[in-house]
Amino acid sequence: MSGADALTIAALVRGGAVSAVEVAEATLARIAARDPALNSFTAVAKARALADARAVDAALARGEDPGPLAGAPFAVKNLFDVEGLVTIAGSKIDRERSPATADATIVRRLAAAGAVLVGALNMDEYAYGFTTENTHYGPAHNPHDPARMAGGSSGGSGAAVAGGLVPLALGSDTNGSIRVPASLCGIFGLKPTYGRLSRAGARLFAASLDHVGPLARSVGDLAAAYDAMQGPDPLDPACAGRAVEPALPDIEQGAEGLRIAVAGGYFAGVDEAAAAVAKVAEALGVTRNIDIPEAARARAAAFVITASEGANLHFADLKARAGDFDPMTRDRFLAGALIPANWVIEAQRFRRWYQEQLLALFNDTDILLMPATPCSAPLIGQDMVEIDGALVPTRPYLGGYTQPLSFIGLPIVAAPLRSAGGLPIGVQIVAAPWRESAALRVARALERDGVTCAEIAPWS
Amino acid sequence: MTGVKYIIPKNKGEKLADRPFDAAPYVDAAAALIGLPLDPTHRPGVILNIERIAEMAGLVMAFPLPEETEPAPVFRP
Repeated sequence: MSGADALTIAALVRGGAVSAVEVAEATLARIAARDPALNSFTAVAKARALADARAVDAALARGEDPGPLAGAPFAVKNLFDVEGLVTIAGSKIDRERSPATADATIVRRLAAAGAVLVGALNMDEYAYGFTTENTHYGPAHNPHDPARMAGGSSGGSGAAVAGGLVPLALGSDTNGSIRVPASLCGIFGLKPTYGRLSRAGARLFAASLDHVGPLARSVGDLAAAYDAMQGPDPLDPACAGRAVEPALPDIEQGAEGLRIAVAGGYFAGVDEAAAAVAKVAEALGVTRNIDIPEAARARAAAFVITASEGANLHFADLKARAGDFDPMTRDRFLAGALIPANWVIEAQRFRRWYQEQLLALFNDTDILLMPATPCSAPLIGQDMVEIDGALVPTRPYLGGYTQPLSFIGLPIVAAPLRSAGGLPIGVQIVAAPWRESAALRVARALERDGVTCAEIAPWS
Repeated sequence: MTGVKYIIPKNKGEKLADRPFDAAPYVDAAAALIGLPLDPTHRPGVILNIERIAEMAGLVMAFPLPEETEPAPVFRP
């Protein structure tokens, strides 16, 4: 059962083969046994998990439909509000807040679909990082090698899913924070179109760029969770208010009819990153290569906007108690408060220009392929990585391929492959705005053909 | 994105200004302007980070955008 995905568990629960309470108890026992090695959870919601599971079983006993994710356990990055828990967002400062009085919108929607929340997950402080080397709560460990990073900022989400503690987790992605841990931990992650899923009840980081989405070990789970979370929400001003466009019914359609190209130039990876993209391209029969203009500048603009908006959001605490921030984020936040407005406005104008260029590319292309990270998981604490013979700083570099794309809100599935060295590494499957279902179809085709590999990490 | 390209190359035309940017006095003055006290132990890291941000901004500012390109703080993909 620990290896089953959420849809399989839900089918067993709905069919009466196992009760939701049995699933919840087994999940809680697994977390207790294995999480000390991973440090992926920061809170376990035992009472809630058992109560929600009992409610699913009771609904079934009454002959009611408890929803498509009936009894499937999930956990959420600790920046999502969970009723009764303090939303710490990876910080020491926010521990002083009152417990949340309601679930975040997408947490509530997953629970309404029958999924059972079991806890909250580790992350970089206020989501400002790609490594989840959190000084307050300790680093999240990669289940494929606990000496290595889980990636970030949704690193607890990546580790909990790859470690087999839960089949499904929620994360957030401002510059790559779903896709980077999905790549390093070897699981699937979906960063939907900017404005698709409500962020209400999620602690923001850089509102211009913040997205939320699921991480899972199967494409079916990714699509099922995504479908359950869609829909308008007046509580999030960035939520586009589009009607639900279910993706799960289409995912078996395969890649046929989709015009796919590999992104070259800036996005041409080296070594294991290039090998992963080449393997996906070969499996899909893709030979076309497209150069995306000005990606380095897009990354720079996202960098400036993030630093400025993040610092503005936390300005009161930066003034009053900078020493309580994580040293891993503190000086970046402080510096972000000093950025001239001229730079930020120019970056926002560049965002518009860059969006227009990429939308034009999608006139004759449906899907773009590129690496999710430049390398597989570095060691925890590793300051520099060697890429193509050059030493580069690990932490900013990990987001180099993800940051220029979230910058303009494109929907992206990160799909995991096994590298020659044995560690996982992800490929980004990028679609035009609002075409999440196309990216999920391609990911499912790769999963079905055995190109991707999202097994529970072997150590566990 | 290979090698050290994440650090903006100091090519002609890519620099923020002709004179090298002296981050330390800027950090002190800007922090005073916005009322942000800087702990002396944090200050070196802040200077390093504003230099990094300035390099990134230099790349953005070096790009000739058309005047009619509006900012995108309200963004629809």
